[in-house]
Amino acid sequence: MNIIETQALTRRFGDLTAVDGIDLSVPAGEVFGLLGPNGAGKTTAIKMLTTLLPPTSGRAWVAGFDVERQSARVRAAIGYVPQLVSVDGALTAYENLLIFAKLYGVPRSERRGRIAASLEFVGLEEAAHRMVRGYSGGMMRRLEIALAMLHRPRVLFLDEPTVGLDPVARQVVWQRVQSLVQEFGMTIFLTTHFMEEADHLCDRVAIMNLGRVVALGQPEDLKASMGRADATLDEVFAHYTGHQLDNGGNFREISRTRRTLARLG
Amino acid sequence: MAAFARQCLALAEMELRKLRHDPTELATRALQPTLWLAVFGEVFTRIRAIPTTGQMRYLDFLAPGVLAQSVLFIGIFYGIAVIWERDLGIVHKLLVSPAPRVALVLGKALSGGVRGLSQGVAVYLLSWFLGVGINWRPAALAGVAVAILLGAATFSTFSLIIACIVRTRERFMGIGQVLTMPLFFASNAVYPIAIMPNWLKVAAHLNPLTYEVDAMRALMVRGGSSIFGLGLDFTVLLAATLAMAAIASRLYANLVR
Repeated sequence: MNIIETQALTRRFGDLTAVDGIDLSVPAGEVFGLLGPNGAGKTTAIKMLTTLLPPTSGRAWVAGFDVERQSARVRAAIGYVPQLVSVDGALTAYENLLIFAKLYGVPRSERRGRIAASLEFVGLEEAAHRMVRGYSGGMMRRLEIALAMLHRPRVLFLDEPTVGLDPVARQVVWQRVQSLVQEFGMTIFLTTHFMEEADHLCDRVAIMNLGRVVALGQPEDLKASMGRADATLDEVFAHYTGHQLDNGGNFREISRTRRTLARLG
Repeated sequence: MAAFARQCLALAEMELRKLRHDPTELATRALQPTLWLAVFGEVFTRIRAIPTTGQMRYLDFLAPGVLAQSVLFIGIFYGIAVIWERDLGIVHKLLVSPAPRVALVLGKALSGGVRGLSQGVAVYLLSWFLGVGINWRPAALAGVAVAILLGAATFSTFSLIIACIVRTRERFMGIGQVLTMPLFFASNAVYPIAIMPNWLKVAAHLNPLTYEVDAMRALMVRGGSSIFGLGLDFTVLLAATLAMAAIASRLYANLVR
């Protein structure tokens, strides 16, 4: 059984069709990437899968539960690292974890242990009692991973996990994501517009453009389909999206992304 | 049920911990009540411009109004905090947690209450310093605390509803101003209902702030009494809180569209 399944999943905002009938199947334990330019519909798709947005039509199931009709059970089974900074700068890392441990119903006897284990997993034990406001972008992202894995979800959703991070911080995040799969058997669903991220991390990749999935497969296979030995994922991308430049996005999204970058940088 | 309470309390705890890290906000928020009581209150007491019911000095009449006003302002400010970019990611996380929308909203309302209580302490100290005859009996203090909690919960949830509808900071600023001042002046915070023109009396009777002030006036100062009766005051406040919470629960998810 696939741990994530969508069937003609669609989301419209008035006249705009942000996600146009996508069909995805992700088996357990896979690292699956949704790759595409800004405005392709990736964030909308991930919002539907994490129950933040109801679909306009079509259906989706996460961990066996329908995202619309069994949304509470989906939420209990998933972790989510949004694109926007989602940790509270006015608290310490430990406090952020404590509040979410309580929200997720981690039993009191296990809380300290879980929090300590999560902090250790992302390498933040020493900084645990410092205010998050003083954290670097990489540290914030690592804390967000620690938060998302606290309740040992079966699926972890990551929306543009390394945007705005320097190369070192990015490597650390990639390593942590891979460890999550190896140590906890988590399924990872991420969105990105970085080719090398999709190439490096993902078992399979779906290329999205203008709301549709235009290509789907393992990175090596997609590159091979270009017919050359040294094709890059960039070329694959350009090929399947028709060399389009600006699909648009919108002002709010872009300024918001830039503000996120400013906070992480 | 226990999980629900735990989730609400977790959100309130978040607020408490933030306050513990940075209590200076309490001092800056005390500025406005200081101006109202120490300047406006003193002046109007002297010139006896506003007739208060009974023998109460105007400053004593005003103090509960100022308390309610500062709680109102904190509540309305709350909505802006929610739609500031820095908190939006956190809203995403909260909405993806297993906590039901109602728990999130009530937790936020409780957080507003916590901030209101800290403000209450400031106004009490200020009033006492200015010579207001404070009622220090524990039952009275407890009653005021409940009135603050419910009042703060009502208005911060109301503010949250506005935030969910307008969704941008600019629009919220515009609407926030438009709503706060009328709420304040169409109440018995600064003057008794008896001296209002009829149209204002009607508005005041429909305003939850009026009942909050009425309860506070009865409980905060010595010799104070309630026009509507404490039973009605607290019932109105409770009903207002629950009504706001119900609406906000429906709208909360709009923040992340």
